[in-house]
Amino acid sequence: MSYTELLGVLLFFFATFLLAIPLGKYIAKIYAGEKTLLDPIFNPIERTFFKWSGIDATKQMNWKQHLSAMLTINMVWFLMALFILMNQSWLPWNPDGNPNMTADLAFNTSISFLVNCNLQHYSGESGVSYFSQIFALMFLQFVSAATGMAAAAVLFNALRERISDQLGNFYNYFLKSATRILLPLCIIVSVILLFRGTPMTMEGKDTMISMEGDTIHVSRGPAAAFIAIKHLGTNGGGFFGVNSAHPFENPDYFTNIVEMVAQTIIPFAMIFALGFYLKRRKLAWMIFGVMTLEFVLLVVPAIISEVQGNPAIQAMGIDQSQGAMEGKEVRFGAAASGYWSIITTVISTGSVNAMHDSSMPISGLTQLLSMMVNAIYGGCGVGILNFYVFIILAVFISGLMVGRTPEFMGKKIEAREVKISMIVALFHGFLILVSTALASSIFINNPEIGWLNNPGFHGFSEMLYEYTSSSANNGSGFEGLGDNTPWWNISTGIVLLLSRFIPIIGPIAIAGILANKKYIPESAGTLKTDTATFGLMVFAVIVITAALSFFPALTLGPIAEYFSMR
Amino acid sequence: MKKNKLFDRKIIKDSIVQSFVKLNPRYLIKNPVMFVVEVCTAVMLVETLYSLLTAHSSPSYNLIIFITLLFTLLFANFAEAIAEARGKAQANSLRKTREETPAKKVQAIGEMYFDEIIVVSSSHLKKGDVFVCETGDVIPMDGEIVEGIATIDESAITGESAPVIREAGGDKSSVTGGTKVLSDKIKVKVTTEPGESFLDKMIALVEGASRQKTPNEIALTILLAGFTLIFILVTITLKPFADYANTPITIASFIALFVCLIPTTIGGLLSAIGIAGMDRALRANVVTKSGKAVETAGDIDVLLLDKTGTITIGNRKATHFYPAHGTDEQSFLQACMLSSLADETPEGKSIVELCKQLGVKSEENHSLLTLHSSHTLVKFTAETRSSGIDMDGIRIRKGATDAIRKLSEKAGHIFPKEIEEKAKKIASGGGTPLVVSENEKIIGVIELQDIIKEGMKERFERLRKMGVKTVMVTGDNPLTAKYIAQKAGVDDFIAEAKPEDKMEYIRKEQQAGKLVAMMGDGTNDAPALAQADVGVAMNSGTQAAKEAGNMVDLDNDPTKLIEIIEIGKQLLMTRGTLTTFSIANDVAKYFAIVPALFVTSIPALQGLNIMKLSSPESAILSAIIFNAIIIPALIPLALKGVSYKPIGASALLRRNLFIYGLGGIIIPFIGIKIIDVLISLVF
Repeated sequence: MSYTELLGVLLFFFATFLLAIPLGKYIAKIYAGEKTLLDPIFNPIERTFFKWSGIDATKQMNWKQHLSAMLTINMVWFLMALFILMNQSWLPWNPDGNPNMTADLAFNTSISFLVNCNLQHYSGESGVSYFSQIFALMFLQFVSAATGMAAAAVLFNALRERISDQLGNFYNYFLKSATRILLPLCIIVSVILLFRGTPMTMEGKDTMISMEGDTIHVSRGPAAAFIAIKHLGTNGGGFFGVNSAHPFENPDYFTNIVEMVAQTIIPFAMIFALGFYLKRRKLAWMIFGVMTLEFVLLVVPAIISEVQGNPAIQAMGIDQSQGAMEGKEVRFGAAASGYWSIITTVISTGSVNAMHDSSMPISGLTQLLSMMVNAIYGGCGVGILNFYVFIILAVFISGLMVGRTPEFMGKKIEAREVKISMIVALFHGFLILVSTALASSIFINNPEIGWLNNPGFHGFSEMLYEYTSSSANNGSGFEGLGDNTPWWNISTGIVLLLSRFIPIIGPIAIAGILANKKYIPESAGTLKTDTATFGLMVFAVIVITAALSFFPALTLGPIAEYFSMR
Repeated sequence: MKKNKLFDRKIIKDSIVQSFVKLNPRYLIKNPVMFVVEVCTAVMLVETLYSLLTAHSSPSYNLIIFITLLFTLLFANFAEAIAEARGKAQANSLRKTREETPAKKVQAIGEMYFDEIIVVSSSHLKKGDVFVCETGDVIPMDGEIVEGIATIDESAITGESAPVIREAGGDKSSVTGGTKVLSDKIKVKVTTEPGESFLDKMIALVEGASRQKTPNEIALTILLAGFTLIFILVTITLKPFADYANTPITIASFIALFVCLIPTTIGGLLSAIGIAGMDRALRANVVTKSGKAVETAGDIDVLLLDKTGTITIGNRKATHFYPAHGTDEQSFLQACMLSSLADETPEGKSIVELCKQLGVKSEENHSLLTLHSSHTLVKFTAETRSSGIDMDGIRIRKGATDAIRKLSEKAGHIFPKEIEEKAKKIASGGGTPLVVSENEKIIGVIELQDIIKEGMKERFERLRKMGVKTVMVTGDNPLTAKYIAQKAGVDDFIAEAKPEDKMEYIRKEQQAGKLVAMMGDGTNDAPALAQADVGVAMNSGTQAAKEAGNMVDLDNDPTKLIEIIEIGKQLLMTRGTLTTFSIANDVAKYFAIVPALFVTSIPALQGLNIMKLSSPESAILSAIIFNAIIIPALIPLALKGVSYKPIGASALLRRNLFIYGLGGIIIPFIGIKIIDVLISLVF
């Protein structure tokens, strides 16, 4: 690997990190309702919104009211998207004449965009109209990201040092996340992409004559705007079928940096926002430190294995000095693609700039693990919520280990909170294992079903990956899986719904219950949670939970593949 | 009390029997982890019999797995049984003395008591009955003295051989069954129904019949049930995964994998740890009314301690004499001595002692006393707050500053300024000033000093490191209280405390979210004892105090709370560390079993066999045998408890994470390898 490639990878990380700290401060101010620079622009806009909708944005909600507001409004969006996708052929802005979606595909697509996953069982070029892209998909990309962030804001509010069940207003948090955080950032990113050559037009396919004299139809559309929110909102659903490997979607190394930073920045910033909001910066550093440690442990083996090249192809006499380049874009290279593949899986973006199906077994393993852990940086807002569950479990076990009834932020952790945390932490494993098991047994009993492009361990990884990606609300595909069938559309749709809302409901419920409990001031006997020692404990809980749940499954997938290739 | 050894032969024998009795599923279902193991054992039994008939898989291998599982269950039951047996033995040794003692019951009709006495067995005494105990009698039941005073030997309970005095009325009216009257005669009213004394309650708790799970135990059980659930899933879903990979897995292997993964180690030891916690409290001579109280003790933030008798020895001693202007030292000393010669209080004695040391001849004074045969002693009363002697027109008084001042000013004398200053200085130095007057004229002041018990400062320091704030409660004035608080190293004090003040303080701390513990003995302590999160009543205290608290200290040792807090912490820590250990063990078990399951059909997975175990069968057996024997291996730790060190929460976490977390990962690798080597030697 050349130094330039290595420097590129380090640049991605540190650029995001440095930008995320001021952004975190800004986010904290917004949720705390403090004055910001953009107030003159947004105050009137928001006021108009609330006036039209008749929402009283100052009305305080308890945790149950927050959840019912969130679920209701999500239900409305789901039905709206379902309608658009199933009627797009006659709706306007369909220059390429794309047909209506089938019911099962529309079900899967609406859910998957609603839950910030963007598992795409269609191809953007032929599967959706521009109207659907904008009013169903891009709209959901905005609101799903804002939903996650609003949920995190409720958590922030609940963690404050006081006794109350008044946790702010959901619609207020939601709207401010969309207008004041997502929108300005999206404008910046889409303008950059526009200047690097990403199309932004309402016209249909263009045609060109290739050097061989063939006529080629080239798909285009309002892509620049779409790609900005796709990354900033950690959605990951591409405008075009091959996602960010497409030359229009990700034209060059510079846009690659921009998209990488864009998808990482809000998850990073949310952690710092927590620190600024609660005035507990050390706690934010602890969380960021644990996540970064896990991230490094995943990304380093992935980059190494990609850069080393594929021994099987090497054996065929093909030069591997550029790394394992099969399935990758030459303009990005092995290192940047390896880095992207882990960033996009730890954060629930799931956009790809190289085909994960072609990743080396170790990279495949780390990509899977990234999604199985699902608490490293994580998606917009929901990353913190997932991590919070592990904090509760770590607080409980370590509280016992130091001989004191466990407490976090001055609130006692008791049976009820442990129960909810345990359900949320294990539910992810439950969804992945059970659905993959069902798919495996269907496949064994119907070998002619033709789902898998690859037999053996790799084929198993394809199924495991699909469900892991669904359950982690990630949306990337291992591909090589014929997934536009009723079974896959419906089964992943169900997994998506459950895996989105239960990990939001659980942490919010815990935080709401704790917020209403007696506040216990810190004493010398209290276990401090903003220390490296406690960070190590959280790290251990996360790693052990993931390892214990998934080791056997991983053994039959990427691990077996790795040992067979040596 | 005698401390019995960790493992007594009789206890072990009983516990082995109990281990089989406890296999009853109706009993085991209370412990979800072990109940699941029992179901697996039953399945293996059926599978073993089935394989004998049809030979579809190796019967001997199945049998070994079945036996290992059975032993896993027995070991877990044994852990619980031995904890119970030890607690029971401890409680029984207390109870033995009081069973079937003859009781001299006073006949009564309604509330009318007659002089007639009949002898009945102690087991026939009911609440409200009155019995009589004379010199040499063993007190048959717990009760309260209604008449008389007696010296009592409580060594049967406390192990302390010095006799104690108990008398009707006041705060020392309570007697315990099994103790012996050494002198005099008392009438005692029975305060508990048969079978409901504290000891009986404690025995029931230890025996498990009435043992309720504590909140932390419930939360931990949920956590363990969660892990069990995920491993059920992991094992069941492995079937289609293995089918996909064309790798058949036997039922025995599935069950072995499952049992190894679920947290059997902590699951098997959990109730033993809880019982052992109460047992440890009992060994410290503390009877607890619930397991929850012990657990709460570990969380205590604030500890209220009485000054007298707890922090200080309780007897103030004279340390200095300061004569007033115009009084020469010798005559002042003379007066002090005269006024104290007949004073039997420790303060009075210490004055005489100090006078002698300073060269006043007591013979002279004695002859003086006999000379003035008309002398009368004036005893201390709460009204005059002074004491002294009257003889032949000389009236010597000593007492609190303001009491003597009043006396002196009433007679028209001026209270000297220097004495007032001196008294203040003494008070701010932690002492008690005792002003002396002769014929209402101030002649000087005596300084009395409280002596702080040895080692108290270290104990408070230890408490501070645990995060416990200590509060001293005293009747002294704020100046004295402050000085002693500083000298003893307590964090706060309540001066001039009335019983309501204690209550007030506890309420205030509790409102701020703190958990408060206190010790008390008097009836007026009862409300505060009930209000406190942990209220420890002294066994010598009144019945009301004992009812109000949630623990009774048989030793009447006011510093016992420190030990109770440590016992509470140990209890939680033992659970926490063994949970961590149990779950960390799974890593090694995975590395033993998972390659063993698949290596026959996927030889490449040999690369995962990092322990280089000899064969798949031996790998699975080693893991499951290790899983079984780790339970008895950890019984001593579960019973003794993980040692607590007040080094700060973070340091403690680091230490325990290193020992039980890292150790939990490494030890099974070594253990499984050793068992594998042994197995491959045998077969």
